[in-house]
Amino acid sequence: MTADKPTLAAEPRPASPNNKEGESHEQRAPSRGRTIIGNIWSALAMPLLAIVLALGVGAIVIVLSSALAPGKSFDLGLPLRAYQALWEGSIGSADGRVTILVQAAPLILAGLGVGLGFKAGLFNIGAQGQFLLGAVTAVAAALVVRNSDPLIAIPFALIAGCIAGAVWGFIPGFLKAFSGAHEVVTTIMMNFIALALVSWLITGPLRQPRSPQPVTPNVGDAILPVFFGRDGHIGILIAFLAVPIVWFVLYRMTIGFQIRAVGANPDASRYAGMKPRRLITFTMSLAGMLAGLAGTINILGVNHQMPAAYSTSVGFDAITVALLGRSNPIGIMLAALLFGTLRAGAGLMQINAGVPSELVDLLEAIILLFLVASPVLRRVFRLRGVKSSLGTTETMSRTYGSEAIR
Amino acid sequence: MTDIPVLGFIIQFAAFLIDQLPNISHAAVAVSIPIALAALCGVVSERSGVVNIGLEGIILTAAFVGWVTGAAAIAILPPELETTTAIFGISLPLLIGLGAALLSGMILAALHAWLTISLRADQIISGVIINIAAVGLTGYLNTLISGSSPHGAGGFKPLNVPENIADIPLVGWLINAVFDQGPIAISAIILVVVVQILLFRTRWGLRTRAVGEHPRAAETVGINVIRLRYRNVILSGAIAALGGAYLSMELTTSFQAGISAGYGFIGLAAMIVGRWTPIGALGAALLFASSRAIGRAITFAAPDNATGEFLKGIPPQFYDALPYLVTIIILAGVIGRSIPPAADGQPYEREAAA
Repeated sequence: MTADKPTLAAEPRPASPNNKEGESHEQRAPSRGRTIIGNIWSALAMPLLAIVLALGVGAIVIVLSSALAPGKSFDLGLPLRAYQALWEGSIGSADGRVTILVQAAPLILAGLGVGLGFKAGLFNIGAQGQFLLGAVTAVAAALVVRNSDPLIAIPFALIAGCIAGAVWGFIPGFLKAFSGAHEVVTTIMMNFIALALVSWLITGPLRQPRSPQPVTPNVGDAILPVFFGRDGHIGILIAFLAVPIVWFVLYRMTIGFQIRAVGANPDASRYAGMKPRRLITFTMSLAGMLAGLAGTINILGVNHQMPAAYSTSVGFDAITVALLGRSNPIGIMLAALLFGTLRAGAGLMQINAGVPSELVDLLEAIILLFLVASPVLRRVFRLRGVKSSLGTTETMSRTYGSEAIR
Repeated sequence: MTDIPVLGFIIQFAAFLIDQLPNISHAAVAVSIPIALAALCGVVSERSGVVNIGLEGIILTAAFVGWVTGAAAIAILPPELETTTAIFGISLPLLIGLGAALLSGMILAALHAWLTISLRADQIISGVIINIAAVGLTGYLNTLISGSSPHGAGGFKPLNVPENIADIPLVGWLINAVFDQGPIAISAIILVVVVQILLFRTRWGLRTRAVGEHPRAAETVGINVIRLRYRNVILSGAIAALGGAYLSMELTTSFQAGISAGYGFIGLAAMIVGRWTPIGALGAALLFASSRAIGRAITFAAPDNATGEFLKGIPPQFYDALPYLVTIIILAGVIGRSIPPAADGQPYEREAAA
């Protein structure tokens, strides 16, 4: 059985009819002269439908679970109150609007990293580890230059965080390219190694002396300046600036074209003279850098010091953000803003309506579920000509058992 | 020590291990159970060609459902139905909780099967969905009911090995490590052996492996690929759920948010290191768990000599990270490649359907 594996693996993979169906719709449509608005509609319809449906399912969950809280019975008005509090905590107030941007900024950067990976056919589950390592390295760098000018300290810490993230992305990228170790498994392992490393650094060398809890010292001069609102730090600007930059790189530069070509078909891109191995390593490093930058701006702009029990879900939210945004930088920005809004309002929802903030995680999963089940949605809601699914990301697991890329 | 440091170190380290053997081996078996069950879930699913990284979420959900159902059963059932048996401490509420946990795991696995087999969605995305949904749902419900601070149904009790057996020289520690465990742990070890035999000695096993290697060829000889994959994925969900139930109803007797603590992912690693075989996966799980157990033993009972000083210098986090490092090294092909089933991760479509 094991002897004939290589020959089996070398056989062409069967194409999915899902893909064919989706493509044929998309190919027919332009010949009928589709307008720009039609284009936008076809790209946005499915995510919007998924979001609306998820909020609906969320409301049902809230009603059904309302009787579980001690001394309560079924409460039909609770979803309305919960979503109202969610609104007030986010879009509905000035502070809330700043919080949205603060929450969205790391999601944009990490989401861009994951999305970049998707474009190259890579599933980067390691954004969490890259984020954490970027953050802790930025703190360490800030402590090195602790008594210098902010103009030196901030760029130094930012660059250090980026490099750490890039290194954490480079390793799985290199392994994928040169030994065929699937990046999903290696990045999961890298996440746990990062977790152990961060835990050791903060309880050991980086620990603030005489602190009851293990926590790093304050980053001091490397704190990102606040330029609007209560805590609107300059990292938000960096995140929003990264969107057009990544877009330009992906769609207007040769390297971006090569990244997309490798993602679409590594063999074809190799025949065209590109170097898939190098491109995959490079893309994973770049993705890691973006996730590392996300961690850096979060620690320098929001937390200012890093506790050992630093808990974040940015790395995993970034996967949802990239999927929801169909790996497109602008789509990722919109998706990050949506999740920033949900995260920003979740606290007030728990305080005012007594609905646990974990509902946001659930909503996230349900949105993804509807996106994945989009063929069913399309049939139920009779949405023809709407871009069906998750775009380029439908074939990740196909390379799972495959050999190294040549 | 100063003259021949390496040899001296080895001798002192070995003496430390032998001294701590009963503790380390017992802790290692206890920790390896959820890892082994997760790995077994992965083996059953991936041998038929379906990647399931949602098993972390299945473990978390099953741990919660088992615990909360047990708590509900305690609250509802009349006291005369709540008697526990002397051996293993089995009671009706616990069994109800266990059943609910297995069911929840099978439901999540059925969702994964539907998304990946019928809709041919990406298997990794589907797994990610299950993981996020599990964190959200268990966290949400746990926060909601924590106000009424429910009492769980307790936990299964270990089979107490008599002292005179545990004290038998040379093998006593081994008997104690394996059999001083609860019913889920012992049945998990049996399950690993059973699945190993089933997978390599029965018709079901041959079919499973055929579907995982070359589904088209399997279909040609009359195997229903879709049905077999559904069956295996749902079965694997029940296996992972057993691991979840173990966490909240045997290893501990309560549920905390995030109780799965990466056991699912480390199980994935054990599956890879064990080369997609049940026995190999159990071996890898034991190896990984030993790494943690030795780390704990060093933290709490380091020997009073030069070796102890050296060992204490190694951060305990190193032992936590070691299994993941080993997995990456093996995946990279540095020591012995581990090759997945050829059709692992690929959606299957019937040719005749078109």
